[in-house]
Amino acid sequence: MATALQPVTPEQQNPVAGITIVHNILKWLTSNWKMTTGTCILVFFILMAIFGPLLAHMSPTAFSNDLFQPPSAAHWLGTTSKGEDIFAQLVYGARISLLVGFIAAIGSTILQILFGLLSGYFGGLVDNILSFVINVFLILPGLPLGIAIASFAPNNIKGPILITILLTFTSWSYGARVLRAQTLSMRSRDFVESARSSGEWPLRIIFFEILPNIISVVASSFVGTFVYTIGADVAFEFLGLGNVSQSTWGTMLFWAQSQQAMLAGGWWWFIPPGVCVSLLCAGLAFLNNGIDEVANPRLRVESKRKLARRKKEVVA
Amino acid sequence: MNNFMDHEQQPVLEAVHLHKEFPINQMKLGSRSASVHAVEDTTLALYPGRATALVGESGSGKTTVARMLARVYDPTSGEIRFRGNDVNYKKRGAALRDYRRHIQLVFQDPFSSLNPVHNVRYHLSRPLRVFGHAKNEREVTEQVIELLNKVSLTPAEQFITKYPHQLSGGQRQRVAIARALAARPEVVLADEPVSMLDVSIRLDILNLMERLKIEERLAFLFITHDIASARYFAEDILVMYAGQMVEGGLSDDVIQAPKHPYTQLLLSVAPDPQRVEQVMNEGANDAVPARGEIPSLIRPPQGCRFHPRCPHAMAICKEKVPGRTEVAPGHWTNCFLYDQSEADRKPASFIQADAIHNAKALQKEEAK
Repeated sequence: MATALQPVTPEQQNPVAGITIVHNILKWLTSNWKMTTGTCILVFFILMAIFGPLLAHMSPTAFSNDLFQPPSAAHWLGTTSKGEDIFAQLVYGARISLLVGFIAAIGSTILQILFGLLSGYFGGLVDNILSFVINVFLILPGLPLGIAIASFAPNNIKGPILITILLTFTSWSYGARVLRAQTLSMRSRDFVESARSSGEWPLRIIFFEILPNIISVVASSFVGTFVYTIGADVAFEFLGLGNVSQSTWGTMLFWAQSQQAMLAGGWWWFIPPGVCVSLLCAGLAFLNNGIDEVANPRLRVESKRKLARRKKEVVA
Repeated sequence: MNNFMDHEQQPVLEAVHLHKEFPINQMKLGSRSASVHAVEDTTLALYPGRATALVGESGSGKTTVARMLARVYDPTSGEIRFRGNDVNYKKRGAALRDYRRHIQLVFQDPFSSLNPVHNVRYHLSRPLRVFGHAKNEREVTEQVIELLNKVSLTPAEQFITKYPHQLSGGQRQRVAIARALAARPEVVLADEPVSMLDVSIRLDILNLMERLKIEERLAFLFITHDIASARYFAEDILVMYAGQMVEGGLSDDVIQAPKHPYTQLLLSVAPDPQRVEQVMNEGANDAVPARGEIPSLIRPPQGCRFHPRCPHAMAICKEKVPGRTEVAPGHWTNCFLYDQSEADRKPASFIQADAIHNAKALQKEEAK
């Protein structure tokens, strides 16, 4: 009788499970316009980083005789004062800039989860110690620290790896505080207490009972950190902390500034990387708001079109 | 009297003179540190195959007692004895896990006691794994199905993959009970297990617990504010008021001959179709007028905590805490009204009420 009530058993679902998951992710990503816009922008830059270099017919560091040329058919985005192709620099630069931002954001999120959840769950002395560390990093100023390191670090250690490490350690504290607060409210929930009273291991409670319930906060915090790391990566490189012989968005701006592109009217040199950075950060910010909206239905705003359609349906 | 024989058995879990105070942080400078006196001088014993109901209104400290017994938090003073041995509160870790293998807690609200991101199998598999009852996935599946059958969630094969949001309140509470059973405990502390459920499924859950009590020889602590379900399910009843035990004994004794004025009040407000008839025929029986509410536990009343509400309050009630008085074999109460040494001070009104009560009980018996 019960089988008649439930014609779809899990076994029957399995062959199409993959399709359902893809369908669900697509549905989730298009659930509001902010999410859709953010996803489109992010996907655009990821594709640009992967396939862009195939379109560039020059190495980003190769010199040519076309010095400081405005955009043309030969050089889509013009050239630098040394004759390097700006389009090539931009698409190759996207790879490093995205990768540095992404790895730093991942590392930072792992730190956030460890510090936030452990201090929130255990409380007491553990919380005091971990909170102290969080607070120290919270007041550690990221950019001035970067400038200080940039002026002392030898040239051979400057580069993406140094920046990734620096970004990881200067970006995690804020998110850790947010996750700590979330964990504090979770630890007294009944299902956590019942897991505890049924003898569950503390680490398992933290990572299998609490973490899945605050995963939307973690996701949102990850995207927020990503915005920061992308922007700060460009800032660090602009300040000369990067490897200036590599082409990234930040070093492009660094060279444009040091060769006085602005004074010489070379707008094609500094506008493309600037636009890329701001567009990517805007896209990520949209994504972040979109996640918030999905996770917190109270923030949802219904579009006028949908409201009108629903009215029509009601009338019909 | 048949039930009475069980008392000869060794209790599996005992609480002796438990006290619990929760300190409260006051932001005012220079004020004395205050605390909530949640539970005071609580003594109880749980026997295998026997249920003890803890009855009282909200805020009377019932849940605190259960949580101390489950060692969610430790008592401020007093002992917990498991199989006759004192529990050492300082030992945590492995010792605590071993204790919890024997004593399991069932929470009040099945809508929040199950993790929404895990399915039924996960919930039941964890205690099996933690306590080493199942060594591999196949054993886990077998035992989970067995547990689901035990709590009458059939067909078990279908429930095993369900998530909490796919289950009704009654089904969730069955899963919660199955999770408690998964540890193979000797004592189950059920904290208002039916109060969040629809009236129509309460009886099912009570019958399920009754069956488990007999089949598994479980010692139940059944916390409730519903005196009718306490009488239905439990052999013994303990009545709590404002953190103190006021009366205890066999269920039938306590319900049929309530001694403490608070128990009388509780019974008088419980819905009872017979009494509706009685009230309609004879007018309201106002031997125990309901007045006031549970006092602040930060600064509880001196002496007997019930005296501000008690219709029979005497001068001594404001000064001294009443001791335990045996009113019948196995039936005791903490009230000066029954204390022989205080007998002379009984107010006339009380004796009258008592006489009326006894006379009515006699009338009923004769009518039968």
